[in-house]
Amino acid sequence: MKTLFRELRLGIVGVLVLIWTLVPIYHLFVMSITPLDQAFQGNLWPENPTLQNYRTVVTQGHDYLRHFWMQLFNSLVVAVAVALITLTIATFSAYAISRLRVRGGETVSTLALLTYLIPAAFLAIPMYKTMGNYGMLNNKWSLILTLVTFATPYAIWVLKQYADKLPFELDEAARIDGASPIQIFWLVFLPLMAPSLVAIGTYALLLAWNEYLYAFLLLSSDEQITLPVALGNFLASDEAPWTLLMATGVIYALPPAAIYYAFRRYMVAGLTAGAVKS
Amino acid sequence: VGGPHGHHDEPRRAGLDAPPAIVSGNGVGDRLSDPLCRRFRDAGDLSRHLWALARRVAGQLCKAVQRPGLPEHLVNTALFLLLGVNVKMVLALLLSGFFVHSARWVRWVSFIFILPWAIPSIPTILSFRWMLNAEWGMINNILFKYFQIEGPNWLLEPNLALGAIIVVHIWKYLPFWTLIMVSGRLTISKDLYEAAEVDGANAFQKFIHITFPSVQNLYITSTLLSTIWSLGDFNSIYLLTGGGPADATQVLATLGIRYAFGMSEISTGMATVITALPLMIPLTFVMLRRLRREAAR
Repeated sequence: MKTLFRELRLGIVGVLVLIWTLVPIYHLFVMSITPLDQAFQGNLWPENPTLQNYRTVVTQGHDYLRHFWMQLFNSLVVAVAVALITLTIATFSAYAISRLRVRGGETVSTLALLTYLIPAAFLAIPMYKTMGNYGMLNNKWSLILTLVTFATPYAIWVLKQYADKLPFELDEAARIDGASPIQIFWLVFLPLMAPSLVAIGTYALLLAWNEYLYAFLLLSSDEQITLPVALGNFLASDEAPWTLLMATGVIYALPPAAIYYAFRRYMVAGLTAGAVKS
Repeated sequence: VGGPHGHHDEPRRAGLDAPPAIVSGNGVGDRLSDPLCRRFRDAGDLSRHLWALARRVAGQLCKAVQRPGLPEHLVNTALFLLLGVNVKMVLALLLSGFFVHSARWVRWVSFIFILPWAIPSIPTILSFRWMLNAEWGMINNILFKYFQIEGPNWLLEPNLALGAIIVVHIWKYLPFWTLIMVSGRLTISKDLYEAAEVDGANAFQKFIHITFPSVQNLYITSTLLSTIWSLGDFNSIYLLTGGGPADATQVLATLGIRYAFGMSEISTGMATVITALPLMIPLTFVMLRRLRREAAR
């Protein structure tokens, strides 16, 4: 009896959690399959659901979607570039700080942690001015470099913590066998770090793919902006085609969701370990 | 930028293009050639420049503080932080008790529960925005259709709009913090609970005497970290209400951007953001110490 009561209580919590989580996502999906002329009815389920919105999006059949594929491509380029550059910088830094014991390494890792603690939105104005001074506004590289700046501190911090846990005997054994630091990096360090590299690479990739504020400030022309900025631009006029906006939103949200679930195992362990520890 | 507090105390004879360090030589030092005196003069120059800089920053800060509505925006920021962060963290702590159950269906729920955090916030915030539309949104339509209630103007009444912002913020970030709390709870030894059960403790007593003391440290660290990050939450406000109606839901992060890019007042925008430093600096300092200490363990 008591366990039945407990099961029931658990079940109620589970249902509430599901409703809370799924309502906005359900609404997003329902709007994306609602015909354009029914967008203003607010029905729980559209009278005649359609995939026409998705067709309009992929054929770029609306003024707001003129450059959809280009913008999707921009998002992809930015995300991949940020992930690769961040991984490169952070892996080398973690190796230098943790394994080579470079002088001042601890200071660098503390500074990295400090940077990680400052909300990115607060640095938007100086970052915009800096990119303006370099003449890089409306250039994808300004966004890529900015996001690398924000992703690397956390990446260095987490990778350094992982690297600290690897046994030093391995490096010593390799050194005795005559391996150079670079060889140790490639043959010993990288293979052992692989799981955390997946976590950090995914972290940087998703951070860049999801970024709105900086993309919105730094990029302006329709050919350069990323998809989230294009979504925000739908709101420029009062009669925004909301159903098309939602269909584009679903397409935009699918890749990160897929990546997240594919790498879930690494992500949860990797990110929670670095963010806060019990 | 210079404004009334600009360079009026600097000598006229200096060329306009000359860098500041040369500009402010006051004529006395030029006659003193030995290094010690020169060093004194340079130090004087430096302090005078720092002083001028401080006055300029103070001037901009005054301008930002005197802006109509800043107190209101600070109250918004405080409300957003206090409610958004604390409600979120308490919910995360309580919900983590649900997600530590190992039943298969609970794992499926956790799989779905993580969605808000896994997908980008832009589409979901915009989904909230349309759902809450007073005339055409799903919520008010359902309220009217099934309950004959005339729903309120969710995003156009300041208090409701701020409430909606807080809900959206919690919706987005609750999964992450729940995961953190779950990881904290999983480190607690099962024996403690079994011993408590033998002693006849109920669920509430177990929570107060075992669970909370064990995750207390984690809870505080998480709350501080979440406060810093929530201070920089731009999307939840900007994309849901745009800071409206009539700037009633602006917080510091959105206000700074609005001054700098909406009204082309870069300095006022930066000064607005800087008003958060009295909160930011101590929080960052405490966090830095806590995180480093935990990493060292």
